[in-house]
Amino acid sequence: MRAEHELIAQWIAPGTRVLDLGCGHGDLLAHLRDTRNVFGYGIEIGADQIRSCVEKGVNVIEQDIDGGLRNFDDGSFDTVVMTQALQALHRPNLVIGEMLRVGREAIVTFPNFAHWRPRLHIALKGRMPVSKSLPHQWYDTPNIHLCTFRDFEVLCRDNGWRVLERLVADSNHVQGTLMQTLPNLLGEIAIYRLSRK
Amino acid sequence: MPEVIPADSVGIVVPQTAHFDEPLALECNRTLAGYDLVYETYGTLNADASNAVLICHALSGSHHAAGYHSAADKKPGWWDLCIGPGKPIDTDRFFVVCPNNLGSCYGSTGPTSLNPDTGRPWGADFPLMTVKDWVKSQARLADRLGIRRWAAVVGGSLGGMQALQWSIDFPDRVRHALVIASAPKLSAQNIGFNEVARQAILNDPGFHNGHYYAHDTVPKQGLILARMVGHITYLSDEAMKQKFGRDLQSGKFQFGFDVEFQVESYLRHQGEQFSKFFDANTYLLMTKALDYFDPARDFGNDLVKALAHVQASYFVASFTTDWRFSPERSREIVNALLKNRKNVSYAEIDAPQGHDSFLLDNERYLALFRAYMGRIAGETGAAPAATGAA
Repeated sequence: MRAEHELIAQWIAPGTRVLDLGCGHGDLLAHLRDTRNVFGYGIEIGADQIRSCVEKGVNVIEQDIDGGLRNFDDGSFDTVVMTQALQALHRPNLVIGEMLRVGREAIVTFPNFAHWRPRLHIALKGRMPVSKSLPHQWYDTPNIHLCTFRDFEVLCRDNGWRVLERLVADSNHVQGTLMQTLPNLLGEIAIYRLSRK
Repeated sequence: MPEVIPADSVGIVVPQTAHFDEPLALECNRTLAGYDLVYETYGTLNADASNAVLICHALSGSHHAAGYHSAADKKPGWWDLCIGPGKPIDTDRFFVVCPNNLGSCYGSTGPTSLNPDTGRPWGADFPLMTVKDWVKSQARLADRLGIRRWAAVVGGSLGGMQALQWSIDFPDRVRHALVIASAPKLSAQNIGFNEVARQAILNDPGFHNGHYYAHDTVPKQGLILARMVGHITYLSDEAMKQKFGRDLQSGKFQFGFDVEFQVESYLRHQGEQFSKFFDANTYLLMTKALDYFDPARDFGNDLVKALAHVQASYFVASFTTDWRFSPERSREIVNALLKNRKNVSYAEIDAPQGHDSFLLDNERYLALFRAYMGRIAGETGAAPAATGAA
């Protein structure tokens, strides 16, 4: 299981209800079901991912997150999770709003674009960063709304969303001490736990 | 005939008949005193009867879902693509039951059967059936076969409606419901198409108020027209464009009403073939069963309430170019299940062939179907059958 899932799982209480946006192959939901008796649904558009979910017995709904979550009632989940999908959305701010409408809490993870490596890439090469975690060229990347720790916290503040917890990690999900002091420069992965005010 | 029966076929199958003496009270307030259900089975029922799968057929379907009746058969059963050893519904693991619905013309009691009160064929006097009635009759067949709870009830189109109804009417008897290319009820447009088909039959001079058997005739033209209009709705605009375009039979306009465009020839041929083996009264009955289907009606027209007490887990699938039962209609079912916090998975399969897609080869569809059935096999202990000498 991805290390990120371990970090997220600790925020999810046993026996609760979880909606996982962009659930991929359903690993997080299967893990939560098996270890924490969590009931949930995944939302996904990838055909192979959907099949993997079905094989694992994970509930999966083929649906485009950018279209909103209108088919889910207000407050119908304890937690709505979205890992590494924020940057690929057309209107990420609206989707987070939807997450906090249907869930009591939201967990969002994304790559920090202000990490020193992409900064250096632009500064020295004068070109859009291409790296292991962001391997695409600017013209074919699905990551159309990259942001930084600071950007995200401004968005939360402007929308009145409360940051309950924040984790700063590198691409191996190790939470180094130095990056906790300078997250925007040294953190590669941002993991936020939010609630409505 | 198939040169050799393929290894992934269930092979030669023999239909069976179950007779029921216990009267069946119907939704139309009439009662069938006794009736026959013709059915086929494939695979072996395991010791605790936990590996049984019910297949529900659609409008023109029958109990002959897989395999061949004889080596002389040109074609296998209607869902042979999905049922057989190693196929999505793996007969090495599951015991598959496919009954013919009451009112059909393929052997179960229907308009062509003799009415015990008159000694003549029922014809138009045969009571109109609903999906609920069918489910009730199928439950008696399940009792007869010693199946307390289905591992899965599976169907496409009108068959999907039966799967859905099963899960509502017998919540503790359905472990999984697979509802494919279906809808929670027909739209006005759907009913409109059915009505055109019915009017074609009812107004055929050969219909004789549904008692054409006595006149030694059939409302052939009506049935042809009904099938032609139905067939158009099963295909997508794109599929018809690919298949026929505006191609002409002779390459130039004839300025007359004989067959000119390829699509006309195709539809007439399909209608003609259909009219040779299908019964007009059954066609009327099947379209009415479609029109009446609306499980929410018993629950204040609220599908969410209708599905509140179900216990099954669901697999719902739709096809992008299906405009007869569009993806939107499947999502209505899915959303009502989501609101009830039921187990459900939903896939929208990209397929060009319209409503017919559920019967056709499509890599993603078959892989998903296989994945879901594999999961059921895992849960129910429907282990692969032992191979080799016993």
